[in-house]
Amino acid sequence: MKRRLLLLLLPVCFLGLALFFFQGLSLDPSQRDSALMAREFPAFEATTLRDKNQRVDQSLLQGDVTLVNVWGEWCPACKQEMPQLLELADQDIRMVGVNYRDTREKGMEFLSEFGDPFEVNIFDPEGELGFDLGVYGAPETFLVDADGVIRYHHKGYVSPQDVRERILPEVEKWR
Amino acid sequence: MALMRTMVALLLLVIAFGAAAGGIELREFDDPVMEKRYHDLTASMRCPLCENQAINDSDAPISGDMRERVYQLLQDGQSDIEIVNHMVQRFGEYILYNPRLESRTYLLWGLPIALVLLGALVVVLMIRARRNASAKALSAEERQRIDALINRKRSS
Repeated sequence: MKRRLLLLLLPVCFLGLALFFFQGLSLDPSQRDSALMAREFPAFEATTLRDKNQRVDQSLLQGDVTLVNVWGEWCPACKQEMPQLLELADQDIRMVGVNYRDTREKGMEFLSEFGDPFEVNIFDPEGELGFDLGVYGAPETFLVDADGVIRYHHKGYVSPQDVRERILPEVEKWR
Repeated sequence: MALMRTMVALLLLVIAFGAAAGGIELREFDDPVMEKRYHDLTASMRCPLCENQAINDSDAPISGDMRERVYQLLQDGQSDIEIVNHMVQRFGEYILYNPRLESRTYLLWGLPIALVLLGALVVVLMIRARRNASAKALSAEERQRIDALINRKRSS
């Protein structure tokens, strides 16, 4: 009887490990939460895209639930998601852009060509704010609550489906 | 022969381009210890964008930014732990090739040790079972029966 149990131990271990690895290996490593989740929006000091004399800092994100979208003229997916962002702005959601690793000229051109859903754009040509946000490839979208705490993070392209099924419910949740 | 020469030329060209595309900056260090720390740190962090490359081995723009930041923080006199924390705060535990020991990673670090211990336990149990089996003495009746069987074989 004891021997039987001992013999059973190995297949059980094997099955357990197989299940564990099967689950682990079918996870998508690019789908992971931002390290900044539930933390305050990082402190920054920058100018705006439109006006090099207008200074903004993290207090910009206090007082209202805000979607912060990190974009650049050089980023194709940013162009594709513009219609979705315009739709979100139409629904009275406050939008703030971070113009990431771009030039003023190209950024302004982008906005006049693809539309401007943003209340204001933080100009981040060296990617310093982007680095503090842990951005490693635009577009990325952060939901910041009224206290300036990051509550949701969307990596990459925002599809119309993402707007309906993820972004809007999250905005409602934190309003 | 001509073909051979072309192939060698092509190969050299590929190697040359490969080296140029590596794009790893040349950095100046006053202190060889700091240089070593820089190499160790950039080899121990994973590029967030490209899953299986360290930031010292990756052409992704974010890896360049991270190398630059490591260099800056080293120049500022920060310790290795501070630099690692600085990066993890922004990009998450994901970037560490050696995850830190904490409640979330107990299973990861503990599983290999647990498996080795389990294996040792199985081996010990097997040896003990075998020893018990061979040490078990035969009863008088069993011995008589064996003798009878052996004798029958001999006499036939």
